[in-house]
Amino acid sequence: MSARKTSRSKPNNGDKYSVLLPTYNERENLPLIVWLLVKYFDESGYKYEIIVIDDGSPDGTLKVAEQLQKIYGEDKILLRPRASKLGLGTAYIHGMKHASGNFIFIMDADLSHHPKFIKEFIAKQKEGDYDLVSGTRYRGNGGVYGWDLRRKLISRGANFLTQVLLRPGASDLTGSFRLYKKKVLECLVERCVSKGYVFQMEMIVRARQLNYTVGEVPITFVDRVYGESKLGGNEIVSFVKGLLMLFVTT
Amino acid sequence: MTKLMEWLFGISVVLAAWVLVAFDPLDLSVPHTYREVAWPMPLYLLVSFGCYSLATVGYRVATFNDCQEAARELQGQIKAAKEDLRSKGLKMCN
Repeated sequence: MSARKTSRSKPNNGDKYSVLLPTYNERENLPLIVWLLVKYFDESGYKYEIIVIDDGSPDGTLKVAEQLQKIYGEDKILLRPRASKLGLGTAYIHGMKHASGNFIFIMDADLSHHPKFIKEFIAKQKEGDYDLVSGTRYRGNGGVYGWDLRRKLISRGANFLTQVLLRPGASDLTGSFRLYKKKVLECLVERCVSKGYVFQMEMIVRARQLNYTVGEVPITFVDRVYGESKLGGNEIVSFVKGLLMLFVTT
Repeated sequence: MTKLMEWLFGISVVLAAWVLVAFDPLDLSVPHTYREVAWPMPLYLLVSFGCYSLATVGYRVATFNDCQEAARELQGQIKAAKEDLRSKGLKMCN
């Protein structure tokens, strides 16, 4: 009887997940997030690749990415750097150009989003064949670590205002830990014109407009940066402007 | 229809109904009690909405999950990751 290696992993049904990681000055966090992604994806058995889109980080993030590529292989770690900080929407477009997956994960590279939720995103997506699955901090076991009362108040207040004005059908519009079908992300990213928080909001609002289905998964958001960069008046003002823009145009 | 249009439409409908009942401009002989009740309605609804908003946001802030466990787990994994990566040859600064 020939020895056969039984694979306890997953359905090899051709699904592949490309993880887009836009980075700017993430020299310290990049290896850690990649390590976690590799760990959880390997455990899940799904095919994946990690696409690092570095916007000319002065701290040498790209050098670290190159080392990671040597460690994990060029088929798993793809580098798509850019010369300067050019914004999220174009980073996604740029990253997707060479993505070989039929699904795309977007997430932050600063460890605020934890790759352990990946299998829950995938399961949720398969459950309802959702066009996009959004990680929410506001429902179920979702939550945040590292926020003081002021920050929580602003967050919930802004979210409430958004729900009242836009009735978006998703509980967390400004979150950026999401799973998209590749075709859907390609379609949406072309249509969205905003920046920052509002960009993520616009993606979901336009998805609903185009009748794409949206699923949700509770996630935990560990903010280790909050102490250094408090949410300031400027950001609040541009959020409100963006919200009003969406209110008026969608 | 944009959200703005939906709101304007909804507000117009409510406003029209209010004017009709509270001021009876078409002389439909709306009973006096209806007029009395209808007249302060807009203010009443606004205040109710204000209270509802405060209560909802307050409740949501109070029940906002504080993920201590997640932060701890992450710290542990960061250590493990650093060791593993170092052993694989990654040169890190800290």
